[in-house]
Amino acid sequence: MKVSYFPGCTLKTKAKDLDMYAHKCAEALGVSLEEIDNWQCCGGVFNTARNEVANKLSSVRALKFAKSKEQPLVSVCSACHNVLKQTNHAMQTDSAFASKVNLYMAEETNYDGSTEVYHYLEMLRDLVGFDAIKEKVVNPLKGKRIAAYYGCLLLRPNSVMQMDDPENPQIFEDLIRALGAEPVIYAMRNECCGGYVTMENPEFASKKSKAITDNASSFGADMIVTACPLCKYNLEKNGNSIPVVYFTELLAEALGVKEDAQNA
Amino acid sequence: MQRIGVFVCWCGSNIAGTVDVHAVAEALKNEPGVVFSTDYQYMCSQAGQDIIKNAVKEHNLTGIVVCSCSPRMHEATFRKTAAAAGLNPYMVEIANIREQCSWVHKNMQTGTEKAIILGKAAVAKVNLNTPLTPGESPVTKRALVIGGGIAGIQTALDIADAGFPVDIVEAKPTIGGKMAQLDKTFPTLDCAACILTPKMVDVAQNENIRIFSYSEVQEIKGFVGNFDVTIKKKARFVKEEICTGCGACVEKCPMKKIPNEFNLGMDNRRAIYIPFAQAVPKVATIDPNACNMLKNGKCGVCSKVCTAGAIDYTQKDEIISEKYGAVVVATGFNPISMDKFDEFAYNQSKDVITSLEFERLTNAAGPTAGKLLRPSDLEHPHTIVFVQCVGSRCAACAEKGKEYCSKICCMYTAKHAMLVRDKYPDTEVYVFYIDVRTPGKNFDEFYRRAVEEYGVKYIKGMVGKVTPEGNKLKVQASDLIANKQLHIDADLVVLAAAIEPDKSARSLATMLTASMDTNDFFTEAHPKLRPVESPTAGVFLSGACQGPKDIPETVSQASAAASKVIGLLCKDKLTGNPCIASANELMCNGCSTCANVCPYGAITYEDKEFMMPDRTKALRRVAQVNPAVCQGCGACTVACMSGAMDLRGFMGSQIIAEVDAICK
Repeated sequence: MKVSYFPGCTLKTKAKDLDMYAHKCAEALGVSLEEIDNWQCCGGVFNTARNEVANKLSSVRALKFAKSKEQPLVSVCSACHNVLKQTNHAMQTDSAFASKVNLYMAEETNYDGSTEVYHYLEMLRDLVGFDAIKEKVVNPLKGKRIAAYYGCLLLRPNSVMQMDDPENPQIFEDLIRALGAEPVIYAMRNECCGGYVTMENPEFASKKSKAITDNASSFGADMIVTACPLCKYNLEKNGNSIPVVYFTELLAEALGVKEDAQNA
Repeated sequence: MQRIGVFVCWCGSNIAGTVDVHAVAEALKNEPGVVFSTDYQYMCSQAGQDIIKNAVKEHNLTGIVVCSCSPRMHEATFRKTAAAAGLNPYMVEIANIREQCSWVHKNMQTGTEKAIILGKAAVAKVNLNTPLTPGESPVTKRALVIGGGIAGIQTALDIADAGFPVDIVEAKPTIGGKMAQLDKTFPTLDCAACILTPKMVDVAQNENIRIFSYSEVQEIKGFVGNFDVTIKKKARFVKEEICTGCGACVEKCPMKKIPNEFNLGMDNRRAIYIPFAQAVPKVATIDPNACNMLKNGKCGVCSKVCTAGAIDYTQKDEIISEKYGAVVVATGFNPISMDKFDEFAYNQSKDVITSLEFERLTNAAGPTAGKLLRPSDLEHPHTIVFVQCVGSRCAACAEKGKEYCSKICCMYTAKHAMLVRDKYPDTEVYVFYIDVRTPGKNFDEFYRRAVEEYGVKYIKGMVGKVTPEGNKLKVQASDLIANKQLHIDADLVVLAAAIEPDKSARSLATMLTASMDTNDFFTEAHPKLRPVESPTAGVFLSGACQGPKDIPETVSQASAAASKVIGLLCKDKLTGNPCIASANELMCNGCSTCANVCPYGAITYEDKEFMMPDRTKALRRVAQVNPAVCQGCGACTVACMSGAMDLRGFMGSQIIAEVDAICK
């Protein structure tokens, strides 16, 4: 199976691990991630500049590229996925926005929002299948109690993201089970980590992250997994000392390709 | 040759508004066999029916076509009219020129054209009609009630009071159902046990009632008046007739840590148990999954202490076959599972409970002997948050909740909140709601009392998240009226879980060929006019198996269902439907296709002697239709490859004649 892949800036700088393991795991699962030519930053935080066209263009270009290859578009970073998915939805449903974007781009063909956008987790669930992953696990993560941390961007707004129940999500837990570990359900798993607020009001962000890590620990979690580089940064900087890892790293470990990835 | 009369109804302006009724009557006059044709304002009125009767006499009519509303509406009326005039009622055909014509057309010309075509088709059919006589079938004067909750109990008592024998089949070891688990009942706050248990005793003492507890319905065959039912009476390893219910065995049983279903797992019972003190029948039951003697032959204490000698470790499931004239479904409801609602931390904290669990916590016979103590540390809770509509009215989350309103939660939550404030005035009580729905006699007054007299804090808005932290539950919620976020440190959170039909209902509906809605509630024959009957003849509905209901409503429906059953059982014979299948034996080749598609098991085969063309005799296997069982669905007539099966009143030739008339 071939899919178009949008890594995003952070995955090439601060979150190289997330990207590296994503590639290795996809390979092990028989998926080829084809990186989009000349991709640019997704444009960042869709909701803060909802009506702005300029910062959506790079997302539209990525979506259009996937469309030209007739492939679904996959990304790993929660924030990038959120922007791509919301932009795609706007292209599909908001005709004024879509025509503005298409006029601005002035390309031969217009884009209509018909690319399928998957988060890497959704790709694992819907295209690969958790049962298939379970069969390929060589190092089951037995005895590990893992707290999945969703954050906010992965699930919300639900009407657009359509990934899982935003109040009581399951997708991460199902993956953790497939890898042989025990998921820890805790209340704060879909609360905000503090996000970008950490730059202007570090105290507030710190409170948010601390509450999340404390809550996970109090339910007996050994580690937290996340898909978002910013969440990882906040939880590590402000939380208690519970380890925070990317889900792709965990997947690589279970699939037995972790060292491969590190040596590559 | 038939002599046919055509009667075109105006239905006031319902038909005459879009169909030129005179033109229809005039056009149909020229159809083959028609000797009389007229129109009238209301054919179903007394005057209209008299026109038909007089015409039958004056013109020696042998067949009648009424162009009017749907046959569902007035076919029976006009058949009676025909019978009164001395005609066979099955010589009447209805052309539906209202629902299928005037109501769906706006143009007079097209409406009239279509009405004429429909009339022609009906005339063509009547030309081939033959008189039919319905068969009769006897009625078994015994009723089966499935489910022994308050619905089943009330239905059984009412039927028994009328003098008919009734059997109750209850899956649990005792009757009583959900009502037996409740503490107080709204809006009068009388104790549930005090009003229920006398009724349970009445059931036990009524000579006309037999209770099959710890039993399941395994198979239902037959039809109205004649149901053949197989009941599995599960082995309880205690001889029911001998056990005195003294409880000595329970006291001595060494297996003490079995979660007690009656208290929703909040305390433990023994491997041999009597669910609660007022159980009916009051006999012990051994849980085969927990009993050491049954699992590995080591123990036998209960049999040693039983002075009556009632313990029987070798008891086997017993299969009972019985005939019934009517079946009442009273399978009730259950709260939905809270597994998909982790945002309320039900599975993460012992102090997040459902409302039914709360009932047990406040019940004197419950795990805390009626003291309101929180399950985790048995401390008295000082702040309690009630969350309504957990899983109800959940259109956006249909995969985990229910779209409908569970109806009873607003009232029982008001009851819980009021009782807490009454008994423990130092407790702060919050209720989060979407809407407070309290229609019903004295219901809204009850809710107002909770707010105004007892100071329960009702807040419009939903709880978003419950986070267990230390010995507190951090409740995050929104107050929609004040438009602000609330953070409450609660000691106990009570979830008003949506209710759903019991899981046994689905398989039961299949056995009964009774229909259900998408939520697995049984469908009534008519939502307004036949609310306690299932569309399947002889099957009646009682209580929450038909939709969410509180106790007063359940009891009303239970008695209504009983009166319908009594009406049926009073009859000695039931007149059947003569429009049933019949096999042309000369064409039948005994292939079994018809028997395989028959949903009622009405078709059997017989080896019959036939004279062959060479004048020798031979045995041939041919189909036979049981006229009492056949419902006239027509499945066999379509399936039959040699065209041997035909449906009386809807013969292939009649249908083709109709089609020909339409296409001419």
